[in-house]
Amino acid sequence: MKHTLGFAVVATLGASMALAEEVKPMAVSFADGTVAASLTGVAGDPVNGRAVFANRKQGNCLACHTNSDLSEESFHGEVGPPMDGVADRWSEAELRGIVSNSKMMFEGTIMPAFYIDSGYTRPLDDFAGQSILTAQQVEDVVAYLMTLKEE
Amino acid sequence: MKIAPWIAIAAFGFAGAAVAQDDNTLNVEGETLLTETAAPAHMDSVDTIYSGWRFRSSETQALQTDDFDNPGMIFVDTAIEQWDKVDGSEGKACSSCHEDVADFAGLRTKLPRVDNGELVTMENLINECRTDRMGAEAWKWSKGKMTAMTALIGLQSRGMAMDVATEGEAAPFWEKGKELYYTRVGQLDMACSNCHEDNYGVMIRADHLSQGQINGFPTYRLKNAKLNSIHGRFKGCMKNIRATPFAEGGDEFKALELYLASRGQGLSVETPSVRN
Ligand code: HEC
Ligand code: HEC
Ligand code: HEC
Repeated sequence: MKHTLGFAVVATLGASMALAEEVKPMAVSFADGTVAASLTGVAGDPVNGRAVFANRKQGNCLACHTNSDLSEESFHGEVGPPMDGVADRWSEAELRGIVSNSKMMFEGTIMPAFYIDSGYTRPLDDFAGQSILTAQQVEDVVAYLMTLKEE
Repeated sequence: MKIAPWIAIAAFGFAGAAVAQDDNTLNVEGETLLTETAAPAHMDSVDTIYSGWRFRSSETQALQTDDFDNPGMIFVDTAIEQWDKVDGSEGKACSSCHEDVADFAGLRTKLPRVDNGELVTMENLINECRTDRMGAEAWKWSKGKMTAMTALIGLQSRGMAMDVATEGEAAPFWEKGKELYYTRVGQLDMACSNCHEDNYGVMIRADHLSQGQINGFPTYRLKNAKLNSIHGRFKGCMKNIRATPFAEGGDEFKALELYLASRGQGLSVETPSVRN
């Protein structure tokens, strides 16, 4: 009994913390395609971001972008520009905007919006109402992209 | 809206990559098939259309040049047997009424077409004979018996140019198919056109994007080692972008099939083609 109660309190606390700090997909505020503020308030983890970038079930960014930093992965797509030196070309706020919803930066782009949970039609049931990446995964990917410097 | 920075880099990247279709010529059993031709007038942003064969690896291409090597022909053989098999309450086989399957030469190039106000595909025509004329059960749209039979009948048109009607009675169906082709769907929010019109010739992860032509269907795919129907392929592409597919044999996919067939006008029928 005691245990259950304690557990419930922790769970509620966790949820309300997330509510307070995580920006929900449709609440992300864009200025000229960029997103200045972190979506979570928690610093992004570039190591996890690198994994999300390559993972076919998560970012799958490699489907469309080549990236020399991931040369151990065998197949790199060429639909979008190479990721090498991307942090030299874009600021963190711009990259956060591009990853969250690239359509705000590149009108009519094929690149999916990774942090929206509505506005698309006929999603498979398993994905309905969800964003492709979580807020923290977006932050992790942005932190990773910020490491891709050539200059 | 900021687009300048990546353009120069992208152009550089594309120039360096192995892009676009190859220059190979498809000879099947000594006959040259047309895998490239001028795009039909209705296509605004594409000048030349190419068969999907032109985007496959040379190993995969080679399998289609010789019927002995083409794994799809094994399934065609099963349809040749099926052709003479009595089935259903009327005690008939296909061959009871159709003297020679070769009489279907040219049919593939004209499908789908409008019959009595309805858009019909090869599968519809076959099942109509089975249910209405043989008293037999309809075959499932993408299952083995159906894909084998559509391959056998399609093969009779191999080398002939795709030539579907898009005007008159067909126009509303064609318009609907066109709309579907350009409509974004799924969690990834993409349209067929995003991949098969805007980006054919480039790699998407491990796949070399083609124009998504249907002149080779049903296709034998190395991936699943069987013949794949047109609608089955549409379904797969929709699932890949996390979209709920339309029903196989439903109005949406039939309309999309007509529209795609019209984007391949003039290409040779390749049935049964081999893809990865
Ligand atoms: C379906 C293909 C596709 C996928 C998947 C994709 N992108 Fe993109 N991306 C593009 C295209 C195309 C562009 C160029 C923008 C345009 O469309 O005009 C682009 C542009 C970008 C840019 C700007 C690059 C520059 O140098 O200007 C960044 C950064 C980027 N993408 C990051 C990502 C990340 C991170 C992921 C995964 C979370 C991802 N992309 C997934 C297609 C894709
Ligand atoms: C009882 C006779 C009968 C049997 C059995 C029969 N068909 Fe038919 N089939 C027809 C008739 C009649 C038509 C309509 C011909 C026409 O409209 O010119 C037709 C039409 C077709 C067509 C469309 C041809 C066209 O040019 O539009 C196809 C394809 C076809 N049959 C395939 C089959 C197959 C495959 C089988 C066996 C599974 C089969 N048929 C069994 C009588 C039969
Ligand atoms: C994310 C990109 C993408 C989208 C969007 C997409 N496809 Fe595909 N499609 C592919 C890939 C990859 C292949 C396999 C390689 C190839 O032939 O392009 C393929 C193959 C095909 C083929 C087989 C081509 C052949 O030569 O056998 C057809 C037909 C097709 N797609 C139709 C469609 C239709 C219809 C849609 C829209 C409902 C669609 N695709 C949407 C990526 C896509």
